[in-house]
Amino acid sequence: MELAVFSVFALLAVVSAAVVVLHRNPVYSVMSLVVTLISLAALFVMLGAPLIAALLVLVYTGAILVLFLFVIMLLNVGREEPATGGAAQKWVAVASALMFGTILGTLLWGRHFGLASGPLDAEYARPLPLARVLLSEYLLPFEMVGLLLLAAVIAATVLARRSEPGGEPDGGGTAEGGR
Amino acid sequence: MTFALLATLAKMGVWLAVLLQVTPIMVWVERRGSALIQDRLGPNRVGPLGLFQSLADAAKFFFKEDVIPHEVDRFLYLLAPLLAVVPALTTFVVIPFGPEIEVAGRSVPLLVADVDSGVLLLLALASLGVYSLVMAGYSSNNKYSLLGSVRASAQMISYELALTLSVVSVLVPVGSLRLDRVVEYQQQAEWLGFLPGFNIFPQILGFLVFLIAAFAETNRLPFDLPEAESELVAGYHTEYSSMKFALFFMGEYMSMATLSALGATLYLGGWYLPGLDYSGHWAWTAGLGLGVLLAKVALFLLFFVWVRWTFPRFRFDQLLRLGWKVLLPLALVNFVLVAAMTVAGWL
Repeated sequence: MELAVFSVFALLAVVSAAVVVLHRNPVYSVMSLVVTLISLAALFVMLGAPLIAALLVLVYTGAILVLFLFVIMLLNVGREEPATGGAAQKWVAVASALMFGTILGTLLWGRHFGLASGPLDAEYARPLPLARVLLSEYLLPFEMVGLLLLAAVIAATVLARRSEPGGEPDGGGTAEGGR
Repeated sequence: MTFALLATLAKMGVWLAVLLQVTPIMVWVERRGSALIQDRLGPNRVGPLGLFQSLADAAKFFFKEDVIPHEVDRFLYLLAPLLAVVPALTTFVVIPFGPEIEVAGRSVPLLVADVDSGVLLLLALASLGVYSLVMAGYSSNNKYSLLGSVRASAQMISYELALTLSVVSVLVPVGSLRLDRVVEYQQQAEWLGFLPGFNIFPQILGFLVFLIAAFAETNRLPFDLPEAESELVAGYHTEYSSMKFALFFMGEYMSMATLSALGATLYLGGWYLPGLDYSGHWAWTAGLGLGVLLAKVALFLLFFVWVRWTFPRFRFDQLLRLGWKVLLPLALVNFVLVAAMTVAGWL
């Protein structure tokens, strides 16, 4: 029973993740990413961590991906344009893939070489212990992440303001959005 | 294992039965209510008081020709109405409709998903509702549909913040994300010696923010910009007909019921009403709890209908200004107030 449910969601996660990268239409890519994240959330539930699952769905599918979709629809991107980054982008992609692989490898096998501690205590998947740790031991990093987000919001506001005099205030492309 | 599974299935069956009834009943209430407010008769021919009108409408929807326009994105076009119903049906899993009961010597909590992060799960599932609108608007290949869905997503994201902040304020004195704990908390307290301990009294500000944001979240009339008939034909479901349209309709009414149940649980004591005796046979306890909760949900739904036929529609810039510049600051003020009162030991 458990294996069957796991297989379904694991397969769904992998296939939809592949579709995100391979599909030509960006709207379908975002939609597949939604499927990926929901499958991952289901796997978290199976691991006994409904809190992580709820947060994953709430933050990523509920907010961030809606904004992705919003931007794609407003810009009316029908088909993927060929990448313009050139050779530099390729190297950056390889480097980040290697970096991600290293992190993943450290997490998976690192404890055999004393590089990482074992799996986290299951207790931290519950709201109260997680909140305790976040607001005591890791208070400084927690607040700094908040500060980082605030800085991003202010920067976005400044960028949006700058184009105001002269041109259209905002959402100029909306009316022509219909294809 | 089998007992737990059966109990869970039974509880899901109860919610499913209730939720599928919401739409036909609400359609009738809405049409008769609007007739009352506008000094008309409303549908009164089919059955007593026109009660069977919704049944006739449902049958009509099933037998209508199923039109799929030529230039639509078929996959997303057909998926969108399904996704309108799924989040609305799933959010009910964390709403309790009674205390823990004893059935055949085993205790059964009267909510489907007994998890620590109940409210978060509900908010997460509810936030998926916007995808059906966005997909419908995009796949229809129609500028009115697209504009409708862009408006819907902007509106829902803006008002989700105020809604969530008012929900969080309720959880501060309770100290838990579980909705059954929220109900328990409201049973213990008592305000000024004669009021029941419902959260609406100390948190009236949060309740108002929640209520207004709920109207925007469900795209109901003072804020029904996504489907403003005079500008956008029917918004995101312009290109939908027959049962596919009916699914959008059902999703809309069911998410109204969900938010009403959440509001009733957070602010009006949920399944609890002081003065009622819940002890006795388990079926009585469960039935009474469900009845009280549904009565409170009905109050909310009647209010939704009343407001819809009383207020004119906002402009879109007014709507966003209200959300960001009035409701969000108010929700923050309420949060700070509640936190201060909790620290002072008043709550």
